[in-house]
Amino acid sequence: MSETPTYIGFETYTEHIPPSIPAAVQQATGRFVGGRAARVAELPHFEQLRQIASDIRLHTIENLDFYLERLAEQVTAAGGHVHWAATAEDARQIVLDLARRHNVHLVVKSKSMATEEIALNHALEAAGIEALETDLGEYIIQLAGTGPSHIIVPAVHLTKEEIAAIFSEKLGIEAPADPVELTRIARQVLREKFLRAEMGISGANFLVAETGTLVMVTNEGNGRMCTTLPDLHVAVVGIDKVIPDWDSLTVFLKLLARSATGQKLSTYTQFITGPRRAESEFGPREFHLVLLDNGRSNVLRDPLGRQVFKCIRCGACANVCPVYKNVGGFAYGWFISGPIGAIFAPQMLGTPVARELPYASTLCGACAEVCPVKIPIPAILRHLRRRVAEGDSLAPATMPAPIRAVAKLSAFALAQHWIYRLGARILPLVMSIFRRGDWIPSAPYPLSRWTKARPLPPFTAGFRQWWQKRKTGL
Amino acid sequence: MPQAQLFLTCLGDQFYTRTLQNMTLLLERLGVEIVFPPEQTCCGQPHFNNGFEREARQVARNFLRAFSRSEAPIVGPSGSCVSMVKHHYPELFPPGTVEHETAVEIASRVYEFTEYLVHVLKVTDVGAVYPHKVTYHASCHYLREMGLKTEAKTLLNAVRGLEFIPLTEEETCCGFGGAFTVTYPEVSRAMMENKVRTILASGADTVITCEPGCLMNIAGGLHKAGSSIRAMHIIDLLASK
Repeated sequence: MSETPTYIGFETYTEHIPPSIPAAVQQATGRFVGGRAARVAELPHFEQLRQIASDIRLHTIENLDFYLERLAEQVTAAGGHVHWAATAEDARQIVLDLARRHNVHLVVKSKSMATEEIALNHALEAAGIEALETDLGEYIIQLAGTGPSHIIVPAVHLTKEEIAAIFSEKLGIEAPADPVELTRIARQVLREKFLRAEMGISGANFLVAETGTLVMVTNEGNGRMCTTLPDLHVAVVGIDKVIPDWDSLTVFLKLLARSATGQKLSTYTQFITGPRRAESEFGPREFHLVLLDNGRSNVLRDPLGRQVFKCIRCGACANVCPVYKNVGGFAYGWFISGPIGAIFAPQMLGTPVARELPYASTLCGACAEVCPVKIPIPAILRHLRRRVAEGDSLAPATMPAPIRAVAKLSAFALAQHWIYRLGARILPLVMSIFRRGDWIPSAPYPLSRWTKARPLPPFTAGFRQWWQKRKTGL
Repeated sequence: MPQAQLFLTCLGDQFYTRTLQNMTLLLERLGVEIVFPPEQTCCGQPHFNNGFEREARQVARNFLRAFSRSEAPIVGPSGSCVSMVKHHYPELFPPGTVEHETAVEIASRVYEFTEYLVHVLKVTDVGAVYPHKVTYHASCHYLREMGLKTEAKTLLNAVRGLEFIPLTEEETCCGFGGAFTVTYPEVSRAMMENKVRTILASGADTVITCEPGCLMNIAGGLHKAGSSIRAMHIIDLLASK
């Protein structure tokens, strides 16, 4: 369960990462990367599809008001109810009111990042309502009492042994470290809850404005149970999830599963347009769509930064990110992790809370290379670093003063070539004190932060003299 | 006789004297007259990449001054620094200003070393001899910002006696990332150690990169791991006879 953080200490977290986390993460993401590559190779128009997808997403977020109004009209026309939640608190209240009005005691949930964003489970529990996650990964982390560490594989950081231990402890049974057996145990618990629950809560992968249709892409079938068995279905969805029409949906469905898990299509693709229309039909009697803003409108003011909302939550960026693969999702401090989290949290929570995240990247560009909607993640990281270092119209600078002073001084020295050249003569002399053979095994601060992992080569700075000698010698 | 201006890069200038000498001698051997603008310092990428755009602009102005004195192409031993000049200098100055024009003009004639060899001089065989097992780390900005996917391998392929061994996860970042190494040292270390592990497993005795930054990181990592595998800049391998 992810609470809204007040400060995300990326560095502090990364100083003590349990080695089991990168091991588990690298194993799982390695499989996805291989699968994705195979699916991409099969699809000759993949690059063209990415461009079209990018164009559609950009067009939609630039005309979000239009598509949201259209969506709301269509949802209402289909017999659904639309609720606008400006804040996380508003969204929680809307869900709680619905639950109270329908005398709900048990809620079954399918995987939803929006409900992680608003920490809905805590609110439900505080109101005395049992809320049960039914996606296997979400169920595991709910038992473990943590938030998700990957967009699509929330329990990716856990090994099967760790999951077995969690099951044994929390369910009071003897659970073996066998994925099939663990799944069977979870299914047994969940089946009974599906039948009893009075309310099902879901998120959405897409909201099709044209017909007011909620689209869910899942692999386990629990999503169908949550949205069809209880009499009341409440979907909590970020306003960025809207797409114009079914034609555009086909583009995203081609890209999503291929980019995420390396599947052509996920096992279930579910289309929900309103509640049941007649007593003879199946499905919930009431359908409520809670559209969550929670700061998104504010981020939309930034022409570059808002491209984060093109995201279709496939997780491909995390799967290829060498930083993510070595730190895991919790390092990013909130419910969306990896490169997309590093540009999401600083904008949604503000740079005072998440100023370390834009720097949690070597700007290697692997994420942008695989992003199915071509989000320029490295460019947005640099853009947010600028916000942290210098401040902009959306936020003042939050970089600590000593670092800003170093940046200013070094730029001054590098802009006057005589200072630089003088430095290039002095530095080798000073650093020779620390030289041992062909290496500098340990250097003074701040280079000590380099040498604690590997030695530094000696400062030689000999080219200019060589060139000079050669010129005059010729 | 074609001319080229030597862009040392500050890491090259501070740490890789021999590589810069080899670069000069190699280009001269290929019939290029070298021009060396001594006023050059750093390209400003460390400031640009860390959000200090004003400061990056200050440093970039010095670069533009230093390299505007000659109209010759500018050649540097780093895809990352070259990409800074080629792709980001024009962004640093508002369109319509004289500085923007200068930046665009300079950007149009800056080349990474292997790019210059293969695409400008049209040379793929420099006559080097290096009878060793060689693997290759594709540096991020060289690969993704400069789009140089085949150039280094084409040059290595022509080296006499060289046995090329592909590296597992060749395109995965080594964890350098400039200031990243001191901002998040533990993450940088983990990434470097992954890279070193794949190099150790490759069976090669030499690992090549086209980037001084990756070279410092990987060479240091190999040394720390007690390995005798040599990490080299491609220029130094191409200078081997």
